[in-house]
Amino acid sequence: MSVLIYTENAEGKFKKSTFEAVSYARAIADQTNTNLVAISIGDVANDQLSLLAKYGADKVLTVSNAQLKNFVNQAYASVIASAAKKEGADIVVLSNSFSGRGLAPRIGVKLDAGVADGAVALPEISGDKFTVKKTAFSGKAFATVQLTSANKVIALVPNSYQVVEKQAAGTIEAFSAETKESDFKAMVKEIVRSTDKVSLPDAEIVVSGGRGLKGPENWGMIEELADLLGAATACSKPVSDAGWRPHSEHVGQTGIAVSPNLYIAIGISGAIQHLAGISSSKVIVAVNKDPEAPIFKVADYGIVGDAFEVVPQLIAAVKEYKASA
Amino acid sequence: MKILVCISNVPDTTTKITFTDNNTQFNTNGVQFILNPYDEIALSRAIELTEGGKGSVTVINVGEASTEATIRKALAIGADDAVRINAKPHDAWFVAYQIAQYVKQNSFDLILTGRESIDYNGSKVAGMLGELLDIPSVSIIKKLDVDGDKGTVEREIEGGKEVLAVPFPFVAGTAEGVAEPKIPNMRGIMSARTKPLNVVEAAGVKNNSEILSYETPAPRGQVKLVAANEAEKLIGLLHTEAKVI
Ligand SMILES: Cc1cc2nc3c(=O)[nH]c(=O)nc-3n(C[C@H](O)[C@H](O)[C@H](O)COP(=O)(O)OP(=O)(O)OC[C@H]3O[C@@H](n4cnc5c(N)ncnc54)[C@H](O)[C@@H]3O)c2cc1C
Ligand SMILES: Nc1ncnc2c1ncn2[C@@H]1O[C@H](COP(=O)(O)O)[C@@H](O)[C@H]1O
Repeated sequence: MSVLIYTENAEGKFKKSTFEAVSYARAIADQTNTNLVAISIGDVANDQLSLLAKYGADKVLTVSNAQLKNFVNQAYASVIASAAKKEGADIVVLSNSFSGRGLAPRIGVKLDAGVADGAVALPEISGDKFTVKKTAFSGKAFATVQLTSANKVIALVPNSYQVVEKQAAGTIEAFSAETKESDFKAMVKEIVRSTDKVSLPDAEIVVSGGRGLKGPENWGMIEELADLLGAATACSKPVSDAGWRPHSEHVGQTGIAVSPNLYIAIGISGAIQHLAGISSSKVIVAVNKDPEAPIFKVADYGIVGDAFEVVPQLIAAVKEYKASA
Repeated sequence: MKILVCISNVPDTTTKITFTDNNTQFNTNGVQFILNPYDEIALSRAIELTEGGKGSVTVINVGEASTEATIRKALAIGADDAVRINAKPHDAWFVAYQIAQYVKQNSFDLILTGRESIDYNGSKVAGMLGELLDIPSVSIIKKLDVDGDKGTVEREIEGGKEVLAVPFPFVAGTAEGVAEPKIPNMRGIMSARTKPLNVVEAAGVKNNSEILSYETPAPRGQVKLVAANEAEKLIGLLHTEAKVI
């Protein structure tokens, strides 16, 4: 038996969320006294692959061919499931990223496995009982789910498990994957990346603006603050509905659920649907001119004031802090 | 073009989520149930794509009789007919299995789901359905066009987007951007009453997951307020106390 971790890369590089998932999978392997096997698909250089050993991979399988250059979930699921079978892995771990969420259900069906998507903590294993805590009701609650099948698939929410260094052998091996022609029906035509920006689901700091900012022309200061903090920008639903910002920035119950270390809400009232998407943030800061705004009920720090005066001051204060650090 | 839209019946987004029976059951007391917002978007796009005699839209729900109000809403929005698979939706696997059985007997060109259901929200049904039917599944889809016997979709990826061409039949999990949600008009509401709603019995299937209990996020402490002209104090606290910058 072993634990298999799918190590997702973005343009040949592993992201922090991948290392989090490796650390998490390592801990499960330790819990179950087995090996951790990592699988990497696509063009990833050896210096990147060797990083996987640092977080506890005993073995690293690499699969790279022209057909698998772009992510196609059907084909990737076949590769990962075939690796799980070959390695005798009964637990497959991946990151609960956009791609991970496209893979987990397909792998689950292939392996006849129960799937715990949105996992936020290590499983509890006692005898035959295997339970995982996961998000539910769009961030408004957590559920403890028992996986009753022999095989299990777990998708870990980014930023919910700490990266832990734990050196292992990390022997790199080429893996020849079993795929079939019908796995490649969906064809990637184009990939558009806005590389200059921090991606929202991965971000450790998020600066988010609401209707209180009055219009898209006022987002310059939001972007400036975000740039200074190395943060991603986000917004409330009415802001993206009005076309002030792209839909991909909309946070909340019907948008993206984020779990950054710091979420700064500016001119956002804190409607229940918005709060659902930010409840896993470690620290929440609110700037709102209304002291009664519900956002202050969940915020850890707050400033009651006009965003048009407060944000420029925050920008100045961050600049000062950075200059002195 | 035959489109199947999978719809789920979920608590209204304003619902404060609470639990009963020692935190093992979702408390439905006083909860208003609605058509899952993402499914509404999927349905709206399906109707746009088939308008003017270009095809038909069937909605399918795995649920007990109590979901029929939501199914009628989907018919009022403009679906042509509906299927209810009569069972409590145990989990995504159970739901996907039932829908796959139905699709195997009644073929469709395009199967739409929402990106996720806002209750148990695993975003799993689309992928499981694709796997069970051995056809492509794509999500999270922000744009969906069809041309002849294939679709062009825009998928969200971290920090960007991806455009894919996918031949029929395939499954797409849709999100905002795909369409504006349609609102039922009077004629739709009237005709919804007489549109076919077929009830099908569920097939037996082995479960592989079980929800044991629930909890709500730990309450957060009191907010620490900083005066409006002391921005530097806030930044200081975030550095020294919260240790997040
Ligand atoms: C089905 C459904 C799903 C939904 N899903 C989501 C979701 O996923 N995410 C989401 O965000 N919303 C969602 N909503 C909408 C939600 O109910 C709220 O309407 C929305 O979150 C409010 O956005 P807001 O806080 O930006 O705007 P408002 O509620 O209008 O709040 C603006 C805030 O800005 C403050 N303000 C105004 N001027 C200033 C100023 N100069 N300086 C500082 N503060 C100022 C005001 O005091 C106010 O608190 C959903 C609604 C529905 C019906
Ligand atoms: N009980 C159900 N009946 C029909 N379709 C469903 C049901 N539950 C979920 N779905 C569909 O699957 C999508 C994703 O749900 P989930 O995997 O639960 O997040 C939803 O947006 C619906 O389109």
